[in-house]
Amino acid sequence: MNFPILSSLILLPTIGSLFLFFSKDKPNNNQTIKYVALFTSIVNFLISIYLWYQFDPTTSDFQFVEDRQWIKGFINYKVGIDGISILFIVLTTFITPLCILSVNNTVKNRLRDFLIAILIMESFMIGVFCALDLVIFYLFFEAGLIPMFLIIGIWGGPRRVYSAFKFFLYTLLGSVLMLVAIISIYWINGTTDVVKLYELGIDVKYQNLLWLAFFSSFAVKTPMWPVHTWLPDAHVEAPTAGSVLLAAILLKMAGYGFIRFSLGLFPEASETFTPLIYTLSIIAIIFTSLIALMQEDMKKLIAYSSVAHMGFVTLGIFTIQQQGIEGSIIQMISHGLVSAALFLCVGVVYDRMHSRLISTYGGIVTIVPKYAVLFMIFTLAALGLPGTSGFIGEFLILMGAFKDNFLVAVLASLGVILGAAYMLWLYKRVVFGKLINEELKKLTDLNKSEIVILISLAIPTLFFGFYPEPLMNTIEVSVKNLIDMYNLNIN
Amino acid sequence: MENLNLVLPEIFISLAIMFLLILGVFKKDSSKLIHNFSLIILLITGGIIFNETLTIENTLLFNGSVVIDYLASFMKFITIIAALMALIVSSNYLKTFKILKIEYPILVICAVLGMMVMISSNDLIVFYIGLELQSLSLYVLSSFNRDEVKSSEAGLKYFVLSALSSGLLLYGCSLIYGFSGSTNFEIIANNLDSDQYVLTFGIVFILVGLAFKISAVPFHMWAPDVYEGSPTSVTLFFTIVPKIAALTLFIRFLYVPFINLIDQWQMILIFLSIASMVFGAVAAIGQKNIKRLIAYSSISHIGYALAGLTTGTNEGIQSSVIYITIYFVMNLGLFSCLLMLKRNDQYYETLDDLSGLSKNHPILSLSLLVILFSLAGIPPLAGFFAKFYVFMAVIEQSMYFLAIVGLLSTVIAAFYYLRIIKIIYFDQEKEKYDSDHSFWLKFSLTVSTILILIYFIFPSQIIDVVSRINII
Repeated sequence: MNFPILSSLILLPTIGSLFLFFSKDKPNNNQTIKYVALFTSIVNFLISIYLWYQFDPTTSDFQFVEDRQWIKGFINYKVGIDGISILFIVLTTFITPLCILSVNNTVKNRLRDFLIAILIMESFMIGVFCALDLVIFYLFFEAGLIPMFLIIGIWGGPRRVYSAFKFFLYTLLGSVLMLVAIISIYWINGTTDVVKLYELGIDVKYQNLLWLAFFSSFAVKTPMWPVHTWLPDAHVEAPTAGSVLLAAILLKMAGYGFIRFSLGLFPEASETFTPLIYTLSIIAIIFTSLIALMQEDMKKLIAYSSVAHMGFVTLGIFTIQQQGIEGSIIQMISHGLVSAALFLCVGVVYDRMHSRLISTYGGIVTIVPKYAVLFMIFTLAALGLPGTSGFIGEFLILMGAFKDNFLVAVLASLGVILGAAYMLWLYKRVVFGKLINEELKKLTDLNKSEIVILISLAIPTLFFGFYPEPLMNTIEVSVKNLIDMYNLNIN
Repeated sequence: MENLNLVLPEIFISLAIMFLLILGVFKKDSSKLIHNFSLIILLITGGIIFNETLTIENTLLFNGSVVIDYLASFMKFITIIAALMALIVSSNYLKTFKILKIEYPILVICAVLGMMVMISSNDLIVFYIGLELQSLSLYVLSSFNRDEVKSSEAGLKYFVLSALSSGLLLYGCSLIYGFSGSTNFEIIANNLDSDQYVLTFGIVFILVGLAFKISAVPFHMWAPDVYEGSPTSVTLFFTIVPKIAALTLFIRFLYVPFINLIDQWQMILIFLSIASMVFGAVAAIGQKNIKRLIAYSSISHIGYALAGLTTGTNEGIQSSVIYITIYFVMNLGLFSCLLMLKRNDQYYETLDDLSGLSKNHPILSLSLLVILFSLAGIPPLAGFFAKFYVFMAVIEQSMYFLAIVGLLSTVIAAFYYLRIIKIIYFDQEKEKYDSDHSFWLKFSLTVSTILILIYFIFPSQIIDVVSRINII
């Protein structure tokens, strides 16, 4: 048996959080606490990079598989990765240290508990992307609710309680049906092992119901219109680090779930329901973009833009074209980087001015030039300017969509225009124009850690915008295999 | 005579009760001594049963009226451990309220004896005797703090309603005896061929009586009042221990004589289960008193345990047994926390008293957090697995409606568990509570929390133990 690298990746943050748990939570201890958390998460990041390096992109088989008996006679603890999972794992391990770095200003009290929650959250998120057994997947998927509930509820804004409850109950409600479906699959096929299920296939007569049950969970988590309403609330109230985790990684769990389970396990049902997904995605893209245009709160605007971006993702996945799915994955990675950065950008000015209203700002370009530059990079990436990773994603998705359904592609393109409109308008109102408020003169430019965070997000955003090869290479074979399997079942 | 070995635990415990009574009467100020003695007695009985479990085979005793099998041993063992823990954690509480009298532990042991008889019963009369011995002890226990109006009221309420249910139960027994010609479960099973439909009446009456005892909806009305009125130590006992025995009785009664009539009782049980899950979850939302809230939450938990029994399979029974075991651990932890909310010899039990607990008592709050999320059934905590096993069994029988309703009611239930967590973690803090708790209170809290927390690492263990239960 090889070294269980995936399990150690999952466990390491939890072990780090145990160290924190036994340390003293005093203000003068805060530095040490932060270093321990940072150290753990950076080590985890390095391991994941090593994993990516070791990863063999020429095969579509699952790699680094660990398979152990867990619940005797029923379920095995099985984890493993393919080209699709590895990217999300690296994204998770990359974003977490940045979150930890960013807590300096946002989290005033109980820093230790906050970092414990973040680290445990990281464990669960990595677990989701590694799981090769439906029950294990469900376990990690649901477990993430606990730390996130606390992050929003304890360290959030004024309406944190409402938002935390809404977030928790919405997602739980979506997920319980998935649990019923998972257990049903066990009794229909005698296993919940994803690899075996890929081979066995699921009886067509059950697929539609099972697909809907999984859909109910993923649709809430993605979030798709009309069950997206928890997201703006959760984003607005969550502390910056929480918003970042939520936007950058949590939303990706559902997209990942669509690819891995909805397409992989229920191809016939996916074929049946593609029009449904198309309709909901188009509504999400156009409708929420329009809503985003009207927002006065910066965080809310970015939250709605996330819904629109995730609309692109679901659209791309269900085109079942090589370009469409690859585009969706790259879009998710890109959105992970860009939305994280945008939330951090909002966090930066919020920390200084304690206002997220767009009308508070205006004309700050001369006062905080560094901030303006970095903010611009991410604004442009969010609207999908060529040369940023956002472009690659949207372009591939639209390409896939054109191949599959012309009308859908045209409507989705509208979203690109609207996206450009609300992002540019946001940027214009915040950064350019006349200085409307004397208070703004007191703004200080980015400090060292903020620069480090934003630059480390900007580098991959631009790098993958110009040179997406590493991403494409990693996922190509896995996606191709998925589509081949899908077409085999359909025909 | 060698068969008497098999009822050694019962014999031992009966003799011990007499010994304790005599000791209590003749020795002055012996309440503390008797309390300790009773702990030792329970421990020894537990030991005997554990020893028995290792080599047990299905045996019928006393003309088939008592059955000793693995189910019986396992449930007796759990009952005794639960009773033992209930006594251990409440000793400080009893002292504070000055109700640590010699009768208290003796009544507890009497109730335990009644439960052991119930668990082993294979005959209507034996099961009724056990049930009444248990109930009589519980009537007295619930009004044990007799100077308190609420406690007396609780005892009276419990007595009246429970006596009514006993009446119904007896009526059901007599119907069954009338139509099958025997009180013995196996003989009833053999005589089932004719007149099946008439027997249904008997089954219904007995189920109503039993549903009263485990407070399943719609026969739950007594529970919130009695739970609230009784001293907390007794509430702790109520929420856990009698349910284990009553659930075993459900299993014995439905699965030994009437397994072939499953079509008749399955719908009743499904109704009881769904009503309990949904009503328990909805009604708990408005509660302000923690003990009342726990009463409603235990109603909905019983619903889940019954869901496993509706299946008519061994897996169903096993899942219910696992459920009740995990439920016992969670509630033990919950009550240990409740018994720690003490300031200057005064105990607190409304939700408001938990406000901002996390700032002053981080470890206690963390335990509560774990226990509450587990009660809500969120993975990876033990409570999730309890539900998982039950729904595995339910879905195996394609009872999707039950599974979906059950899981949706967990979402409703999650709301009020979250509300408690909200009060603990998000609200303004109050004055600090005492932190000099007895060793055993801390012990039970730590052990139950850790068990809940790390259960997911070894989920097979309990299945290994329970999978030997095989009564169909």
